[in-house]
Amino acid sequence: MTATTAPTLSPSTAAAPTKAPAGDVLLDVVNLQTYFFTRQGLVKAVDGVSFQLKRGETLAIVGESGCGKSITALSLLRLIPDPPGRIVGGSITLDGRNLIDLSEEEMRRVRGNDISMIFQEPMTSLNPVMTIGDQIAEVVRLHQSVSKAEALKKAEDMLRIVRIPVPEQRVKEYPHQLSGGMRQRAMIAIALACSPKVLIADEPTTALDVTIQAQILDLIVNLQKTLGTAVILITHDLGVVAETAERVIVMYAGRKVEEAGVVELFGNPLHPYTKGLLNSIPRLDLMRGVEEAAPRLQEIPGIVPALTSLPKGCAFAPRCPLAEDKCQSEYPPYLEKSPGHWAACWRSDAVSGGRNHG
Amino acid sequence: MAVIDHNAELNKAGANVTGTWSSFKYFCRRYPLGAAGGVICILFVLIALFAPLLTGYDPTSTNARSSLAKPGGAHLLGADFMGRDMWARIIYGARISLIVGIGSTVLGCLLGVIVGLTSGYFGGWYDLIVQRLSDIMQSLPLLVMALVMAASLGPSMTNTIIAIAIPTIPSVARVIRSNTLQLREMPYVEAARAVGMTEIQIAFRHVLPNTMAPLIVLGTAKLGSAILTEASLSFLGLGIPEPHPSWGRMLSESAAEYVRTAPWLVIFPGIAISLAVFGSNLLGDAVRDMLDPRQRT
Repeated sequence: MTATTAPTLSPSTAAAPTKAPAGDVLLDVVNLQTYFFTRQGLVKAVDGVSFQLKRGETLAIVGESGCGKSITALSLLRLIPDPPGRIVGGSITLDGRNLIDLSEEEMRRVRGNDISMIFQEPMTSLNPVMTIGDQIAEVVRLHQSVSKAEALKKAEDMLRIVRIPVPEQRVKEYPHQLSGGMRQRAMIAIALACSPKVLIADEPTTALDVTIQAQILDLIVNLQKTLGTAVILITHDLGVVAETAERVIVMYAGRKVEEAGVVELFGNPLHPYTKGLLNSIPRLDLMRGVEEAAPRLQEIPGIVPALTSLPKGCAFAPRCPLAEDKCQSEYPPYLEKSPGHWAACWRSDAVSGGRNHG
Repeated sequence: MAVIDHNAELNKAGANVTGTWSSFKYFCRRYPLGAAGGVICILFVLIALFAPLLTGYDPTSTNARSSLAKPGGAHLLGADFMGRDMWARIIYGARISLIVGIGSTVLGCLLGVIVGLTSGYFGGWYDLIVQRLSDIMQSLPLLVMALVMAASLGPSMTNTIIAIAIPTIPSVARVIRSNTLQLREMPYVEAARAVGMTEIQIAFRHVLPNTMAPLIVLGTAKLGSAILTEASLSFLGLGIPEPHPSWGRMLSESAAEYVRTAPWLVIFPGIAISLAVFGSNLLGDAVRDMLDPRQRT
């Protein structure tokens, strides 16, 4: 207690596998495991997911419904409903502090202040009986000691920042008086009110009109540039990923199956699941030529396996066109196949070799 | 082909309703019975407030010479056996009825909200115990519960309010709890958690305001029965003690001996009780129709 300079609260930062996260790594998630203990059995919703988020970076987490991407997000905020869920292993290090070790009290100061979240449903994520201004001001007052009037002023400023017209009028309005896009902007205003270091956007555009989707994404990207917030973008929409993210993590059945820079991932997928996702997007350039070989969209056959009864080997093997005997029996190691491009697949070579687009 | 007058249709539907006065007028047109109930309630409140200005008599001062005086003349509604002016006793009685009625309703709703909100929001063994206790309380009729409470607390105004308030807690708690059970699963509750609010803060700042509509409906509906329960308790001698003028007690004092010889001693308090209960029930029904769109016809 005498000579140490770093006022770290948790003892576990010393136990980080490598030396203390250097330089620009803001959030370091190592081997995160979130399990649900249910009547149907053990559900490994997130099973050993690791990733790093750099300051000001946009990281996309992609996958089908139920692949664990939302649970990963909720785990970062430690908002997993317990029971039945629990974070059973791993570490989440934000700026040198392991969030797993924080008390509930300390964790509350992290939520909304250091890490914020935008939810999928702007229609129901705002309280219908409170004005927009009050809801933003509430977060500000929760984390900063300011007067009610100052907080409301801040609310108005935030609405201006998220480009809601006539903010001085809108602060006094209720959610039902706002359109879906405006409500999502208000949600973003709430999330950014305390200038968090990390913004988690959980499918922020799913419930919105296509025209509004682009506006909201633009807004998030612009705000990120001006405010320097790191963004974790959770989505199943690869179009959204291509437009906004720098790095992409692909999840399947609670595990990370591939990670790469966005250009690399789209150009050279090394996991058959990623490739399947890419092939299931309609592409105008391929449809133009009628005589082209594959004008039909290719879907991934089958469905995501139940997380209570995962196959022994690769979870994707039952749906994989390239699966071999080895895939059925042994889980593939997660390896760096080329610099900065990681994948967990026995047959990555076959995936990259047999490309049909490009 | 019939010509549709757009403005007339819009007016009928209640568009153009802006401001307090025009929405008041709209309420009267849309719910005439409720408006009548509202007028009755307001009248009682005014009478209770300005009682000293409406009569020259003291409701408690006796006068042997005017014992059992007939209505009309010096005593507008006659006088009772002890020569106390009936009009004065009825309008001062309105004070008692309203204070006890509103007081017990507010107290019952307040406690009911706290119990219902916490048991619905936090659940677990606490919820289980609270719900079984309220099952027990609800298995007894309101009046019987109030009787037991009043008898054990002793007659006084405060005790009467408490005696009526406590049996209303379970029914209020039930409604608030069932609402809370739905509301606590709303995404904005999760969102509130994600910005770092404590569970208590979420329960009172986000869930509670959303249960206000059913609470207002329940409160106005309970007002009539609270007034009636007060009258019943006083009739049975367990409510407001002498010499305070209470409508229920006025009935019981006169009913047995004077109902044949001086029927106004029974008729006027009876009318007062019926009117007050009728008025608040009409208002309560209208408020329910207004706040619950599913029941609108």
